[in-house]
Amino acid sequence: MSTSPADRNILSTPSSDEPRSAKPSFARRLLRSARSLPVLVAFVVLALVVFLAIFAPWLGTTDPIAIDPGSRFASSSAVHWFGSDAFGRDVYSRLLHGARVSLIVGLGATFASVLLGLVIGVFAGYFPRVDAVVMRVMDGVMAIPSILLAIALVSLTGATLVTVLVAIIVPEIPRVVRLVRSVILNVRSEAYVEAAILLGTPMWRMLTRHMVPNTVAPLIVQGTFIFASAILTEATLSFLGAGLPSEIPSWGNMMADGRTYFQLYPGLVLYPGIVLALTLLSSNIIGDVLRDLLDPKMAKRT
Amino acid sequence: MISYILKRVIATLPVMLMVAIVVFAILRLTPGDPAAILAGDDASGEQLERIRQMMGLDQPILTQLYVWVRQLLTGDLGVSLLSNTPVIQMIGARVGPTLSLALSTIIFTVLVAVPMGVIAARRPGGWLDRTVMTFSVLGFSIPTFVVGYLLIYWLALKLGWFPVQGYAPLAKGVWPYAQRLILPTLALSGIYIALVARMTRSSVMDVMGEDFIRTARAKGATEWSVLLRHALRNAAVPIVTVIGIGIASLITGVVVTESVFNLPGLGRLVVEAVLARDYPVIQGLILLFSFTYILINLLVDVLYTAFDPRIRY
Amino acid sequence: MAIFNKGTFGKASLLKHARLALLAAAAMAPMAGMTPANAATIKAVMQSGLRVMDPIMTTAFLTRDHGYMIYDTLLGMDETFKIRPQMADWTVSDDGKTYKFTLRDGLKWHDGTVVSAQDCIASIKRWAEVDTTGIALIKMVDDIKAIDDKTFEVVLSQPTTLLLSGLAKLSSRPAFMMPKRIADTPANKPITEYIGSGPFKFVQSEFQPGLRVVYEKNVDYVPRNEPASWTAGGKVVNVDRVEWVTMPDQMTAVNALQSGEIDFIQEVPFDLLPLLKNSPKVQVKVLDKLGAWTYFRMNHLYPPFDNKLVRQAAIAAVGQGDVLKALVGNPEYYNTCAAVMGCGNPNGNTYGEEWVVPSDIQRAKMLLKEAKYDGTPVVLLQPTDIAMLAAQPIVIAAALRKAGFNVQMKTMDWQTVVTQQSNQKPPAEGGWNLFSTYAILATSGDPFGNTTLSAAGRKSWAGWPDVPEIEKLRLDYAKAATPEEQKEIAAKIQKLAIDEGVVGPLGQFRIPSAYSSSVTGFLESPVRVFWNVRKDRE
Repeated sequence: MSTSPADRNILSTPSSDEPRSAKPSFARRLLRSARSLPVLVAFVVLALVVFLAIFAPWLGTTDPIAIDPGSRFASSSAVHWFGSDAFGRDVYSRLLHGARVSLIVGLGATFASVLLGLVIGVFAGYFPRVDAVVMRVMDGVMAIPSILLAIALVSLTGATLVTVLVAIIVPEIPRVVRLVRSVILNVRSEAYVEAAILLGTPMWRMLTRHMVPNTVAPLIVQGTFIFASAILTEATLSFLGAGLPSEIPSWGNMMADGRTYFQLYPGLVLYPGIVLALTLLSSNIIGDVLRDLLDPKMAKRT
Repeated sequence: MISYILKRVIATLPVMLMVAIVVFAILRLTPGDPAAILAGDDASGEQLERIRQMMGLDQPILTQLYVWVRQLLTGDLGVSLLSNTPVIQMIGARVGPTLSLALSTIIFTVLVAVPMGVIAARRPGGWLDRTVMTFSVLGFSIPTFVVGYLLIYWLALKLGWFPVQGYAPLAKGVWPYAQRLILPTLALSGIYIALVARMTRSSVMDVMGEDFIRTARAKGATEWSVLLRHALRNAAVPIVTVIGIGIASLITGVVVTESVFNLPGLGRLVVEAVLARDYPVIQGLILLFSFTYILINLLVDVLYTAFDPRIRY
Repeated sequence: MAIFNKGTFGKASLLKHARLALLAAAAMAPMAGMTPANAATIKAVMQSGLRVMDPIMTTAFLTRDHGYMIYDTLLGMDETFKIRPQMADWTVSDDGKTYKFTLRDGLKWHDGTVVSAQDCIASIKRWAEVDTTGIALIKMVDDIKAIDDKTFEVVLSQPTTLLLSGLAKLSSRPAFMMPKRIADTPANKPITEYIGSGPFKFVQSEFQPGLRVVYEKNVDYVPRNEPASWTAGGKVVNVDRVEWVTMPDQMTAVNALQSGEIDFIQEVPFDLLPLLKNSPKVQVKVLDKLGAWTYFRMNHLYPPFDNKLVRQAAIAAVGQGDVLKALVGNPEYYNTCAAVMGCGNPNGNTYGEEWVVPSDIQRAKMLLKEAKYDGTPVVLLQPTDIAMLAAQPIVIAAALRKAGFNVQMKTMDWQTVVTQQSNQKPPAEGGWNLFSTYAILATSGDPFGNTTLSAAGRKSWAGWPDVPEIEKLRLDYAKAATPEEQKEIAAKIQKLAIDEGVVGPLGQFRIPSAYSSSVTGFLESPVRVFWNVRKDRE
């Protein structure tokens, strides 16, 4: 079995939005797509979220874990801009500090799983003998529900950022591996690559010259997908009681903690929910743009 | 073909075994003691020890593994440590809601997402395309439980169109059964509709540039016939792939949806069992999940041949 | 502040119960011939899903309540804490050492056989093997023997109140009676046949562990004639079926009650009460007037809490008001209380109130200075998945930090906390320094039912306090012949428990239940029972 169609990158979706005339430089094309309003808005939203996360302590926030049982569920006021939660903690401060945590979760999970998946995938794709073994192991990993892994890890070491990250990353790796492997297998079957191997080109050079560069485009696309799904998974883990402790505020555990009060104080769920939705919406739009720009098929066609 | 399927099925056995052993190891390494859970939180150490003996948990881990695998080979999944009910019976009692939810989600997703994708692909960049794509991205941006709460609040509590929770087996009538599945299906489908609609759109667009489409157009086929008869059929492989991946990842979604809508399914069972450290139940369920997962992958691969004659095994 | 005023137990209340019982009895006749189609069914959402079926094996409250559905007890306890005959009446010899129990007429197991003295003896023995009161009691029992099918005798080596209070024990575990063949199961093995002589029958075919338990009315049950009060009096069943259904999400349960899909929620989360208060079709009421108390435990084996002064500092630092506000919110449902055996219980005592109740950071800082606290970290266990336990660690951590403690929160699911509790390793190697939990007051009113008060070092419950004086007082309590004497001993235990930092009381709260307006007659009781309940048909 060479590349099964199952190994296709599910999000590598060459689109025909682009004019098919001459081939402008990447930067020019990026600029051109930024002219469309949704893309522009997406860029602005992402930049704003990153700004808020980085400068959270200096943007009028208070200690996000300071409790005040006397003023629970306060409504919006000069003191609590977005009100306070069940422990009297300031929702605005938690939202901004939560942006840090959620972005760390999203970016951390993306980089770690892409990097690990790349290494394993290249390895599997390049050496047909290990391929069968590695892929079966990956099948096994995929079959273990992440919730089980998360609870096991959390009770082994306590709920920390690292445990939650690991619980999100592990199930993500096999998908990246499959993607990378399929690209490598594809490249490997090209005549010029076979020729290069026969000519005794050193392996590292084969990898850096011909293999890895080809994986960049699909990986960036897959990466934006992982980013979104990691932030969502963190929220789900919090919902199931295996997420981050509320001492480390994240959008996910804010929503999970607030869900009991949804009908009474919808803001506790909706504020983080809206910010989260906007962030993911923007990252998905940017992901689409990157995909259109980077897809090798597109490049070939244009 | 048949020999291919056979080979694949045999190849799953080592995977299943590996999953079984890994899960067994994870469970035994995880702190948590089913004896303490059975006895209540103020039991003395001596009582706990006696209960552990009764459960066989005082044995070395390898012995426990051996006992479990031997049991497994005779087709016995064991008995719940807490309720003394055979695991197979517990799974049987709970498979209905999960299967119903999974099937209705898949059907609904395909019915909605594929037309959405095709419509979007017809005029890439047009307003229809943009609207469809924005909606599909939105489905990808909101946690399932939030969608669930919103649906319950508006459609069940405010408008009273649906019950707020629960499950009725098909034996109680088609309407009660369907009525209780609609909201969970809607909540769970969002993310899959997003995924499948995008996939459909891009695959169809991908195919539209091919020669045979031009040929069809040249022969005077209508726009819709080109889209549906030629493009969609040839774009089916990646769509089926993404649906397959979706089903495999349904398990986590099902856990959340079943909790929010109080469906007595397998998703809840696995969470309950994990939280209670009911080892035999967890092990049995994971085996079932991994088997289903592998089976679906196989089914997807077989389906490829149906859609694309160029693929042969 | 006491939860009870005298009126609660006054004549008016007894009369009301008597009237209800009469009404109930009058309604019995037409109910019997009803067809299942219009059967009265109560759908109840209990605190969690029933999985463990053996009420002797576990102390879990839900299994206990299941026990009260299908089993009966020899003695009952009424709302004045008085022990009453239930299945049996008793006489006692002049020297207080020989008790003769006589079973009343008409008692039958659900399989149709008659309840015999041998059945009861076997049941008592199995219970006494594992129950804390039972273990203390059985040491003083010389002999239990059947005199005939309906009478048996217990011979004690010395007079004790534990025999009657044990057999009438409300919770947890009550001495439930089972047929001999079932009661002969070793106490460390769960029973597999669920047959009792109680007012409801367990419907095995509809049981789904963790999801759904179905009980049907035991039509052969002969209730006593007295009005029902707690577990004493006539257990008159006015409905045909009771179904316990589990809802993993509390808000789902509240929604379902509002839309009429269920009839009863045993424990409504405090913060959701406003949703139900405006609903005309729903009643909200505290049915367990005694309620629960929450407290924290410190690990006496390792620094910093191996030092009495540091323990006192922690107790002084944490303010009950802050904990209760975060946990309960609405002051209608909580009160501060320093008593380790419960304000409102006969043994309740106010010693230490002035520094246990408020948050006294100054005092805590002084104590820490005196103890030369060196910043040793306090590992605090925080369960994330149980609403009633999530707030305490957060408030405790904030207070301790204010007083100068170095606090490390360790979050985990509740089941892990339960297992961690018994871990005697040092905190640095996976052990712990502090955790908090809650218990119902009905089980905490005496130094045996109250697990926090055993103080025999590593042999005791999690925390492992080593206070020999308390152990001696507990023995004296077991041997005390009168309630007055017991009360005196309890006061001494209170003083020691607070001064030695055996347990840090965090206050008391009462969890309200909610039910549909078409349902009436829920007994006010510390254990949830379903006799006396009636459902109007629409």
